[in-house]
Amino acid sequence: MEVLLYLIPMALLLGLSGLAAFLWSLKNGQYDDVKGAALRVLTDDDIRP
Amino acid sequence: MAETLDLSVYVKRQDDGTAHLDLAIEGIDCAACIDEIEGGLCQLPGVVEARLNYTNHRLAVEWRDGELSPAAVVEELQRLGYRAHPFQARLVEEEETRRAKWLLKCLAVAGFASMNIMLLAVSVWSGNVTDITPEIRDFFHWLAALIALPAVAYAGQPFFQSAMGALRNGRTNMDVPIVIGILLALGMSVVETINSAEHTYFDSVVMLLFFLLCGRYLDQAMRRKTRAVAGNLAALRAEVTHRVNESGEPVLVPTAALNPGDRVLVRPGERVGVDGVILSGSSELDESLVTGETVRRPGTPGDVVYAGSLNYSGTLTIQVTAAGTGTLLDKVERLLESAAAAKSRYVQLADKVARAYAPVVHLAALLTAIAWVTAGASLHDALITAVAVLIITCPCALALAVPVVQVVASGALFRSNVFLNTGDALERLAAADTIVFDKTGTLTLPDMRVANAGKVRPDLLESAARLALSSHHPLATAVAQEARLRTPYEGAVEEAGQGVSATVDGVELRLGSPSYCGASDLLAESLEQEADVSVIAFSRGDERTILYVRQALRPDAASTVKALRDLGLDCRILSGDRPEAVAPIAAMLGIEQWKAGAKPADKIAVLEGLKAEGRKVLMVGDGLNDAPALAAADVSISPITASDLTQAQADAVFLGEKLAPIANTVTIARRAHGLMRQNLLLALIYNLIAVPLAFLGYVTPLLAALAMSGSSSLVTLNALRARGRNSQSTSAQPPQPVSAASALQGA
Repeated sequence: MEVLLYLIPMALLLGLSGLAAFLWSLKNGQYDDVKGAALRVLTDDDIRP
Repeated sequence: MAETLDLSVYVKRQDDGTAHLDLAIEGIDCAACIDEIEGGLCQLPGVVEARLNYTNHRLAVEWRDGELSPAAVVEELQRLGYRAHPFQARLVEEEETRRAKWLLKCLAVAGFASMNIMLLAVSVWSGNVTDITPEIRDFFHWLAALIALPAVAYAGQPFFQSAMGALRNGRTNMDVPIVIGILLALGMSVVETINSAEHTYFDSVVMLLFFLLCGRYLDQAMRRKTRAVAGNLAALRAEVTHRVNESGEPVLVPTAALNPGDRVLVRPGERVGVDGVILSGSSELDESLVTGETVRRPGTPGDVVYAGSLNYSGTLTIQVTAAGTGTLLDKVERLLESAAAAKSRYVQLADKVARAYAPVVHLAALLTAIAWVTAGASLHDALITAVAVLIITCPCALALAVPVVQVVASGALFRSNVFLNTGDALERLAAADTIVFDKTGTLTLPDMRVANAGKVRPDLLESAARLALSSHHPLATAVAQEARLRTPYEGAVEEAGQGVSATVDGVELRLGSPSYCGASDLLAESLEQEADVSVIAFSRGDERTILYVRQALRPDAASTVKALRDLGLDCRILSGDRPEAVAPIAAMLGIEQWKAGAKPADKIAVLEGLKAEGRKVLMVGDGLNDAPALAAADVSISPITASDLTQAQADAVFLGEKLAPIANTVTIARRAHGLMRQNLLLALIYNLIAVPLAFLGYVTPLLAALAMSGSSSLVTLNALRARGRNSQSTSAQPPQPVSAASALQGA
């Protein structure tokens, strides 16, 4: 059962990184315009008329 | 735009030499709009960035200061086909956005902690019935403690703060028993971990927090959404005023940018945007939206005028004033203060329950401890059982019971074009048994319409309406609304105080006073006048007709009043207008109880009288004179056309020309209130079952976790019924022409 000693901290670390990623995205303003983000992906911003 | 609008007051100058402007945009309806707007603006010289927020229809533009005027941005948008209005984020809205973000962070932390702790807890539960070694169990408990303690310290803040706030004011609310339960459960679990015991409650604590935060966040998100729409609508009203600058030139500026002492110019047919004193000029003023009085009042130098009055005949120069003593505004504000103070005494349903609940639960826990000690158990076991009682009764379902219904119901209201200003308005709306309407602008439309449009020959009416497009006179504006083809005739000439004329295909058209159109004889024979009707005549060659212009009833006023009566509400009218004007409206709607000529203080007196009879009064009004009455009533609604001061007092605001949202509001609020009570009952039944089990010491952490999530889900699912039936009934009807969302898009 010694395997638990590093498997569990690893699992926790993975969870923490997920939390950190979410908090970063929140701070970064990724949720400010949810509907717009869904539509912007459809536009070709590299092809300017 | 013939005149350019001076928007400099809205421009924010930043340190890096750029200027920033926020705009609310009308007319956004597809993905291509994003590209069109952003791409179009980026081609303007000097624009650094244009970013459209599609969710709330707001645009942020930045440009190098001095290279571009803000008006050019608005003009470019106009050219692209969008109407843009400068937007100033209200303090409330910014505060709510910050709070929502904070709640989301707390929610994320609680979610992370509850998932990981549950992972450890499930292992312990299954290990306890199989072959887990005490060392591994201790290790898991310590890990859980390590996660739970910081997580609760962070994610529990909303509850700690609210509970502290309540206790400091000598009250209790639902958060007090929650916080006590959380802290005791945590404390006990830590002690048990140190003693390497079998059971800890870390998982229950964190899961409880997670559920509660979900409820809080949804509540917040719903409120923020309505606030954003309301904020845009306020910006879209786009009130502008001609300010007279130092050199005597009139400049078009947003009304919000005016300061006391500024001089403004108000032309005939325009609404006065500010409170002030007339400096020069004389005119007639229609103050119906302010006082409810539909008779026009002469305005001469030295007279006080109020925002919302309509200038009829002459150009006025007005000096902007702050509210002076003795004016209507001052009286209204003083009445408001006392009325609003009386209102804050209302206690929310949830707090009422919490007040009774907390002492009972804490007493039960105390009794448990005493009973166990007297039965011969050790102090340790007695305390553990007492804490288990507190944990299992920690009012998770109870705390969710009301907010979840509020979220679902305000969503339903939002779809029927009603915005709630206050959270507890639903409960008060549900309790209302008497409804008091203001007349002008509430039962009637705020604008004037041609009353006899159906009786005039359509082609004659159409020519009159197109001719009216060339005039700014308020009566002509009313006639112009009948025009199907919205192009004015060429060469129309307006004669001040008389009317407007044009020659089309060799025939002379005239619209104006009856004598101007040679129709005085027609007037004499059709003079069965009602009090609030104005007359305008039209002639085309030899054909002549008389048009009656008045503030028409809202199209569905009669049916809505009937629907409200069917709901068991006692309908009344309380108007500031004259009896002659109120009586026909009351008769048309079948309302027997009406009072006219009521001043703001009279309105409050009437409402107080009704309240003294034990009635719960719902006030619907829009004028400045209604603001104190709205605050004094148990609950209040105002149309979106109401003045800012009035809207701020109303518990809810409805959109559109129809009165039907009021009946919908009452129905939805009643259903929501029923569901709230049902939910509270469900939560209570759960406690009645759980407490005896906990008392007897049967509650394990597994059972606590199951019971808590079970009762919370049950309450949440029940709350969803607040929208179910409503969405079915609206889908059966043709879709509403103006939904809240399309109003945003300028429909």
